[in-house]
Amino acid sequence: MDTKRLIIVAVGGQGNLLASKVLGEAALFSDIPVRMSEIHGMAQRGGVVESAILFGDAKSTIISDGEADILVSFEPSEALRALNKCNVNSVVITNLYPLPPFTAVIGKGVYPDPNIVQDLIRAKTAKLIAFDAVALAKEAGNVLAVNMVLLGALIQTGVLPIPAENVKKAITTKTGKFFAESNLKAFELGFSAAAKEK
Amino acid sequence: MHKLLADQPGQKMLLLGNESIARGAIEAGVAFASTYPGTPSSELSLNFFQMSKESDLYFEYSTNEKVSLEAAAAAANCGIRSMCVMKHVGMNVAADTLMTLAYIGVKGGLVILTADDPFMFSSQNEQDNRYYGKLSGLPVLEPSSVEEAREMVAYAFDLSEKLQEPVIFRTTTRLNHSTAAVEFGKIRTPITKGDFKKDPFNYVTVPAVSRKLHAKLLKNLGKAEEISNTSEYNIVKGEGPWGIICNGVSYNYVIDGINDLDIEDKVRVLRIGISHPMPGDLIKDFLKGCDKVLIVEEGEPFMEETVKAFAQEAKLTLTIAGKGEGLFSRLFEFNPALVRECMAKYFAVPYKPAALPDLSDIPELPQRPPNLCAGCSHRATFYAVKKAAEGMDAIFPNDIGCYTLGFLPPLSMGDFLICMGSSTGTSCGFSKVTDKKIISFIGDSTFFHSGISGLINAVFNNHNFTLVILDNRTTAMTGHQPNPGVDMKELNLEGYGQISIEKVVKALGVSHVSVIKPYLVKKSINTIKEAINFKGVSVIISKEKCSLYAKSLKQLTEKVFYVSDKCKNHRTCINELACPAFFIENDRVKINPSICVGCAVCAQICPEHAILPLKKNSQ
Repeated sequence: MDTKRLIIVAVGGQGNLLASKVLGEAALFSDIPVRMSEIHGMAQRGGVVESAILFGDAKSTIISDGEADILVSFEPSEALRALNKCNVNSVVITNLYPLPPFTAVIGKGVYPDPNIVQDLIRAKTAKLIAFDAVALAKEAGNVLAVNMVLLGALIQTGVLPIPAENVKKAITTKTGKFFAESNLKAFELGFSAAAKEK
Repeated sequence: MHKLLADQPGQKMLLLGNESIARGAIEAGVAFASTYPGTPSSELSLNFFQMSKESDLYFEYSTNEKVSLEAAAAAANCGIRSMCVMKHVGMNVAADTLMTLAYIGVKGGLVILTADDPFMFSSQNEQDNRYYGKLSGLPVLEPSSVEEAREMVAYAFDLSEKLQEPVIFRTTTRLNHSTAAVEFGKIRTPITKGDFKKDPFNYVTVPAVSRKLHAKLLKNLGKAEEISNTSEYNIVKGEGPWGIICNGVSYNYVIDGINDLDIEDKVRVLRIGISHPMPGDLIKDFLKGCDKVLIVEEGEPFMEETVKAFAQEAKLTLTIAGKGEGLFSRLFEFNPALVRECMAKYFAVPYKPAALPDLSDIPELPQRPPNLCAGCSHRATFYAVKKAAEGMDAIFPNDIGCYTLGFLPPLSMGDFLICMGSSTGTSCGFSKVTDKKIISFIGDSTFFHSGISGLINAVFNNHNFTLVILDNRTTAMTGHQPNPGVDMKELNLEGYGQISIEKVVKALGVSHVSVIKPYLVKKSINTIKEAINFKGVSVIISKEKCSLYAKSLKQLTEKVFYVSDKCKNHRTCINELACPAFFIENDRVKINPSICVGCAVCAQICPEHAILPLKKNSQ
């Protein structure tokens, strides 16, 4: 089968490793070969955490520059930073809620204007889906469910060969009874938000 | 039950490379495992640690890699299947043991795992540990995928017992930290009790014995090469005039590259899974069928040099290339596109890379480097030392741990770093040849690992420096593993000793020893001033639990702080501490209450005393 390549970028603590786990589990439920890799040594120290996930027959576990079919970013400036992973046919999904790095807070570097971020990504890729995932996570009743909101949007695009039911099943088994309900709601809200984008 | 202990052959589970290796070891009946934690191998040991609590597996976090290998070597020589786990640079620490253990050999299987780190995601160098195989004369096994790693561990134990010598199992970060679906095999019941049969003329390495043992090792190397020539892990795939020899994760990039370039009918691939000793006959046969050969290996030209030597032996003159201009680099890790491009270039296959977007108009983005956590006790200590040493011309040797991050501004506490424990040894040299004040930093785990010997040296040779031991009560950087100073009862674990750093330092003869609580800023600065003005070796032990560790033990007080109206925007807090809990809103400093852990250091240094505890229900 054709290989689909997904990059997820987030700031340490935003829960992208759980999102990757859920997707991996969902792929297993769907009988789709899946491989992934992540760099997570400094995650708890506020650095960038990047996961690469490949669905299909590829043997590699990493994605070269320009070869991601879809990029999901948990933070707008990180979407721009990871744009080297995309090509003109890539789809980009980003949370718009900003988390300026500490360097910008102390005046070393300027945090980019969110509108410029969106314009740049739109101009260079096939499609941008951008919304405030933190607001939707709050609406779902769990501010930490940003990862599930973005998973919902990711599955809505149809770029990955994974049905929504299998992702929901993975959310239920991987995130425990206590959070499953709000996580599933967050997934649905993300799914609908992506459906509204042209 | 721990997920890796499930006795369900055929079950498929998504596993991290390190988990797959741990499962492979369990299936092979490993009964003794030891380690010193180091990324990218840490999760492997963590799984052993967890499993040892609910199975017959014995596991220990040893003081350092040398001790760890010695413990495992003895267990293996009592007939017990043993495994010793470390990151690549740990092999340097264990090398003294390794080199002569190779002479002695083992009775039960001993697998030594070295996790190399091409690109240095979390290491100080990217040395290629395949050379340890060559240097010691021991076999080196290298899996290419997460799935293969599981079964190859069992093969490694069998090989070790067949040859009666340790086997080196080499991985790279990209394997340790990749995830794939792994099918479980059967678990072999471990033998947990061994016996040592005395045989001093084969075990006590005096010169006369070692001369005999070295000859045995070389004979074994010949046997190992025969095995390598026919092993199912050195595999030839495909047919065609072009040859590719590759190893480890590069094999995956080669296979994907062949598919992408549509050259399946033109290429033969030799995947090397036993990279020492290299399979001479197999390689010569392979070369004979090829017009030209490309070697794809990360790191050093380890295989390339050997393959070229084999070609010379077989009087073959075909072109063999790997490292070099226009082809592969010795630097960093590979990726699929890089390998595909080099293959296309070398074999002259038409290839058009994906159209990359023009990124020249992307504005420069603010960096997001890792940072000491909010409320990190290291930040408090660095600040206090900086204040105490104000006006002094000082050099600050640092060491390996979270506190290495203290070298970044605004703290800027870190001038020199080589390897684990180097802070104490380098302080000796700096203090001897300069007139500057030397203040060095080392963590608790690193002190026990190898910093202690530098301190003994300093006392004996009467050096002049101040060592600050950042005792955060755990091995924080690699994920809160225990070390000899940790109170294991806090983790509800019985049967461990606990070593007081203060008593050790005093017993070594350090005449000026003080202990500070770094969250008490003024008191700490005064104590440090006294210590750094002492002539001779002085030690300051800065004792405060890692805030992440304290949080995991549910020992953090919930008191967070806020910036009140009294703030006059001096920004001393942000400019001198740079705690990640601060942020600026409408040109005013604020504290993010969900990040602040209430260390109160900023409250003590604010010139207006404007930072106050946030009372519940206020604000």
